[in-house]
Amino acid sequence: MAPDVTTGALGGSLQRFLRWDVLVGVLLVFVFAGGLTGSPQFGNIDNLSFALGDLGEIALIALAMTLLVVAAEVDLSVASVLGLSSALVGNLWDAGWAIETIIPLVVVVGALCGLVNGLLVTRLGLPSLAVTIGTMALYRGLAYVVLGDRAVAGFPQQFTDLAVNDVPGTFIPYPVMLFVALAAVTGVVLHATGFGRSLFAIGAQVEAAHFAGIRVKRIKLILFVVASVVAAFAGVIYTFRYGSARADNGSGLEMAVIAAVLLGGVDFDGGKGTLGGVIAGVLLIGLLRNLLMLNDVSTEIQSIVTGLLLVISVITPRLVAAVRQRRRTPTLTTQPTPEG
Amino acid sequence: MFTSSRRVASAAALVGLLSLGLSACGGGTTKDSTAAQGGGGQTTGSAPASADPNAPIKEGLKIAFLPKQINNPYETIVDKAGIEAAGEYKGEAKEVGPSDASASSQVSYINTLIQQKQDAILIAANDANAVCGPLKQAMSKGIKVVAYDSDAAKDCRNLFINQASSEEIGRSQVKMLSDQIGGKGEIAILSATANATNQNAWIEFMKDELGKPEYKDLKLVKVAYGDDDDQKSFQETQGLLQAYPDLKGIISPTTVGISAASRYISGSKYKGKVAVTGLGTPNQMREYVKNGTVKEFALWNPKDLGYLASFSAAALASGRITGAEGEKFTAGKLGEFTIGKDGEIILGPPFTFNAENIDEFDF
Repeated sequence: MAPDVTTGALGGSLQRFLRWDVLVGVLLVFVFAGGLTGSPQFGNIDNLSFALGDLGEIALIALAMTLLVVAAEVDLSVASVLGLSSALVGNLWDAGWAIETIIPLVVVVGALCGLVNGLLVTRLGLPSLAVTIGTMALYRGLAYVVLGDRAVAGFPQQFTDLAVNDVPGTFIPYPVMLFVALAAVTGVVLHATGFGRSLFAIGAQVEAAHFAGIRVKRIKLILFVVASVVAAFAGVIYTFRYGSARADNGSGLEMAVIAAVLLGGVDFDGGKGTLGGVIAGVLLIGLLRNLLMLNDVSTEIQSIVTGLLLVISVITPRLVAAVRQRRRTPTLTTQPTPEG
Repeated sequence: MFTSSRRVASAAALVGLLSLGLSACGGGTTKDSTAAQGGGGQTTGSAPASADPNAPIKEGLKIAFLPKQINNPYETIVDKAGIEAAGEYKGEAKEVGPSDASASSQVSYINTLIQQKQDAILIAANDANAVCGPLKQAMSKGIKVVAYDSDAAKDCRNLFINQASSEEIGRSQVKMLSDQIGGKGEIAILSATANATNQNAWIEFMKDELGKPEYKDLKLVKVAYGDDDDQKSFQETQGLLQAYPDLKGIISPTTVGISAASRYISGSKYKGKVAVTGLGTPNQMREYVKNGTVKEFALWNPKDLGYLASFSAAALASGRITGAEGEKFTAGKLGEFTIGKDGEIILGPPFTFNAENIDEFDF
């Protein structure tokens, strides 16, 4: 798609405007402005802080998921890894372990989960959709083995505060700050390094990427490990934020993550997308939901609105491409047809 | 795959070393070290303002019901009665809530209600602790918090409206089933979700009751969980009867579970042989009581629960009560109630429904 941009300044900016990720950004600005003017509670610092904090885990995992989807893979097991991590935190804390020991251990368990996903996909050549549907059930099952039906609470305040409180002087909770830092790193890696470019290459044409010397399997393996590590750490944050460790924590969260990634304009077939779009997508889903809730819009309508947005996000880029295609074909024979 | 097994092994070894090293430091934050410091969660608790029993109920109080999930028929009855009760004291009440009964989804709604500056939040907690932080925040902003149906942790709410004492419910269900099956044989419990605070409290008392000598011939073989999902409860019932062919009775202390269990049994060869009892609503159970599948079951009146919860929230928000033990207040047509230990108010003893009286009720 990059060579297209040589069509002059006007065509370039028009095309940029037609890019879905930019549209999502514009939509986000509209929702935000609409919220500030239309709802007295929306702009409240406490509310914004909560709305952002509530997105923390989804946003963090969405970063890693973006890399995977760009490389034409997907990981449906992330929420189960989050649940397994939460269950482990609960079980070990209850058994008297120190939080400082539990966190690195849980992250390593996350890495192992990712390794299993990655090896099954790369070594056995299985489709990641199928593999991670399986491990989604597997890791969730393990979570129940670890903690059973119990809920563990009573975590130390200095840690639960870290998951909930704002960075002093701002309305940004600590986990969101972590997200901002990691988003910056991910953005640079994806859009400004050779590694990032190789992800797009893998997603666009995996064979070409292979013959261009890109170590496709190793890179994919790394991406799966990264996704699970992030999910495991998100599980720690989730547990402290709610102050309750349970095996069913975060169930269904993978759908929210993938929805945000797709809404952000990343092509599910891989090879196309921007991290900026994904960040806008995450914020759009979260802030829109918050705004609808403040206005007492029922859950059913909330889910219809998000669902419609998603469908539109999948259709629009194809539609735009089709329109562009049609417009391009007749330009070869630009005979002004006589009218009337 | 095998080439990397060495890498996996070394990673595992690394974990071992890492955790060993960290725990050797001994300076970590453990459950014990936190307990020694006097517990992680300090009670913020609002300042114990003194109650003024003669304070008038304020007009225009904003009251919000936050059920475990919306579109659950039982919770709808409770909340609707509570909203209607608000009409009697000229308050504005509403019901909001998530479509799934998960712990985390209630939290976003609490935030919304705080922002909307409600006078009182009434919550049926999906997880006693997960809703705790936001509820404390609400209380620190002067919002009164009343838990009903399923309690939140004690320091995160002002009052808990208990539908009936957990002890009474648990023990009476065992007695009811024992009477139906002649005090002998294998029995099972079909519960809702495994984390539901109320279900687990009742099951504990059932187990305790079963320990008494008069129930020595009753054997509890399994506690199954139908997750308050009709289909899953139906399948769990089927599973129980297949796994335990000698099963004599099922106690299902949840409206979804008991109706699913009765539906399965009434259409199977077990009808009349396996007794079902528990907590159900008359409209759901009428058919099975009439066709003889179910002899009797119990419940409190859910309308009265919503009504009482609504009035107690109004009394709190108007300063008539503060939630301290021993305070009394009048809840409209239901009369006077006294706050018990830990801010608990008990609605009354469970009510038994059977073929004779079921037609007097429509809910």
